[in-house]
Amino acid sequence: MGKYSLAGAIGVAAILASGSAMAGKDLDAIKARGALICGIGSGTAGFMLQDSQGKWTGLDVDVCRAVAAAIFGDAEKVKYVPLTSQQRFTAVQSGEVDILSNNTTATLQRDTALGLDFTAVTYYDGQGFLVNKKLGVKSAKELNGATVCVAPGTTTELNLADYFRANKMTFKPVVIEKVEEVRAAFFSGRCDVYTNDSSSLYSTRAANVPPPATADDFIILPEIISKEPLAPAVRHGDNQFADIVRWSQYAMLEAEEYGIDSKNVDEMQKSDNPSIKRILGVTPGMGKALGVDEKWVYNIIKQVGNYGESFERNVGKNTPLKIERGLNALWSKGGLQYAEPIR
Amino acid sequence: MAVEALGSTSRTTKVAFWNDPTVRGWVFQIVIVGLVGGLAYYLVSNTVENLARQKIASGFHYLGREAGFEIGDSMIAYSPASTYARAMFVGLLNTIKVAGIGIVLATILGTLLGVGRLSPNWLLSKICEYYVETFRNVPLLLWLFLIYKMISEAFPGPRQAINVLNSFFLSNRGLYFPVPLAHPIHEWMGVGLIVAIVATWFMARWAKKRQEATGQPFHTIYAGLALMIGIPALVWIAGGAPTGTSWPELKGFNFVGGTVIQPEFTALLVGLVLYTSAFVAEIVRSGILALNKGQSEAAAALGLSRGQTMRLVLLPQAMRLIIPPMTSQYLNITKNSSLAIAIGYPDLVASVNVTINQTGQAIENVLIIMAAYLTVSLSISAFMNFYNKRIALMER
Repeated sequence: MGKYSLAGAIGVAAILASGSAMAGKDLDAIKARGALICGIGSGTAGFMLQDSQGKWTGLDVDVCRAVAAAIFGDAEKVKYVPLTSQQRFTAVQSGEVDILSNNTTATLQRDTALGLDFTAVTYYDGQGFLVNKKLGVKSAKELNGATVCVAPGTTTELNLADYFRANKMTFKPVVIEKVEEVRAAFFSGRCDVYTNDSSSLYSTRAANVPPPATADDFIILPEIISKEPLAPAVRHGDNQFADIVRWSQYAMLEAEEYGIDSKNVDEMQKSDNPSIKRILGVTPGMGKALGVDEKWVYNIIKQVGNYGESFERNVGKNTPLKIERGLNALWSKGGLQYAEPIR
Repeated sequence: MAVEALGSTSRTTKVAFWNDPTVRGWVFQIVIVGLVGGLAYYLVSNTVENLARQKIASGFHYLGREAGFEIGDSMIAYSPASTYARAMFVGLLNTIKVAGIGIVLATILGTLLGVGRLSPNWLLSKICEYYVETFRNVPLLLWLFLIYKMISEAFPGPRQAINVLNSFFLSNRGLYFPVPLAHPIHEWMGVGLIVAIVATWFMARWAKKRQEATGQPFHTIYAGLALMIGIPALVWIAGGAPTGTSWPELKGFNFVGGTVIQPEFTALLVGLVLYTSAFVAEIVRSGILALNKGQSEAAAALGLSRGQTMRLVLLPQAMRLIIPPMTSQYLNITKNSSLAIAIGYPDLVASVNVTINQTGQAIENVLIIMAAYLTVSLSISAFMNFYNKRIALMER
């Protein structure tokens, strides 16, 4: 009896120990540490991927770099912690990471019951289906009876089951923990379909198709069966830090809207446009209000680039992923990316 | 017990109560239980408080809510409209299924290997030796990956399935084969089987008594098998011999009808059996080697063949040494089956993982997993301890 309760106690001790790390303001802790700890995924090309030099790049990585640039004036002051989908929420809750930028869908339940706060949407995504062209399927409505490979740890399973139920179809899931293994199972023919957020499907098609097959042998079906607004998450409680993350994201969008990019940002400082002057801190006030250096947007744009630059560099038309801006175009260009104004 | 024994001697010599070993024993035990209890209380209450402070909901209310996700392999009726509790039960049954079959097969294979390694046949004993060393020295997870990859890469897709007699279809979706259509007579056949098992048990007791009394052996095994096949067969004929069968046929993406053994299950079972049987083989071998050499010499002197010596003299005695370590191996199979998640078999851990993701109730769910494995493992232990007591050497 004593042995078991002790074992239980040790398990709970881990939670207790991590719980005590909650004390104090997150922002103060980050400043004292001199680096932002950023929780990311283990590897999705275009969103977060480590290159041969061990450097992380990707759309999600750029969010962390922008926040570091806003706080420290240096986008390199980030420590990356790769997390599995099961670990990620606990890692934020416990303070192991300051921010989670891991293609995580913002949902009510996660925002409330999990004690998280989502900032602005990095990427408007939706769950889709990847199939082999040989199957001759043109629509997800033709998938009745299919075997579906699923990567666990998201709302993916729920959306999938909902879609098939709503369309009175049946399916057999094959759920494997590691995304690399799910892909391998799909490409070996164990499943007819691979389902995931379409961003991830683009990434898989671009980077993971085993030769001799090529990316052209696979298509992503037109149906998008869910809304997946991917957003970074921070711990509930330190609103100032959450503000900095949100406004760093808005700054990248505002910069794109006003045509400020990493190449012209020095010139733009001489601009007469009062909005640009405010954004770049030439007219002071914004940085002070946010509790960071007045040069915060300048630092972000100079070191990371605006949202459009980040998008094109990581996932855009000239990358292997070839993702169109689509929903992620600025609101002024028919998309959904609409930043609250910096003023 | 030691405390009592010491206490009884101290009463005669009248010492101060703080020097009395009985009192001391009690005090120490109360202090330790108090410390452990206090620590547990401190940790649990602190966790609850921390969760509340972080506005993280806790409790088990979610178990009754609709699960919403599908499970690929279920022994009972399940759909996404079922509850989380049922989803976990489906997972638990899958865990028990693979562990149960795994235990039986690993025991059989392990015993054969263990006996084989002691064989005077050089080739056989070397093969068994290399088998044991290969399988027990590579992590199980790697075996699982290898076996799963081999199955999913080696077999063709469902449309090119290997067809045996138009009834068995082998593809990377698994092995499909026909099964009888559900019929009420099947339940009665099950009852018949139970009757046959009970009858066999009584017959074995009678046969043993008769052999002890008269020395006449009785082929209990054959008679028992005849009963276990014969009675359900008679019930089936009496019920009008329904032959309705569900045949697998290719329809759309996959086979429909019949039943299927999925590659994930096969890979997990094969991996667990191959890996664990290597350990079982060593346990069996050590049990036999621990016996006095005189036992086999005496058996040989009585004119028993090598097979008879093994079956009638050596193995029954070796059992006493084999059972306790074997219990650990059975528990290992059960716990190792949680590696299923790595190759996509929907076991308990898989169900609970999805639940954690959808509800975010990590602590509650981990407690459920722990409780479930503890229950299964303690049941296995309890049974093995009971069996161990039964076969313990009766000293006269």
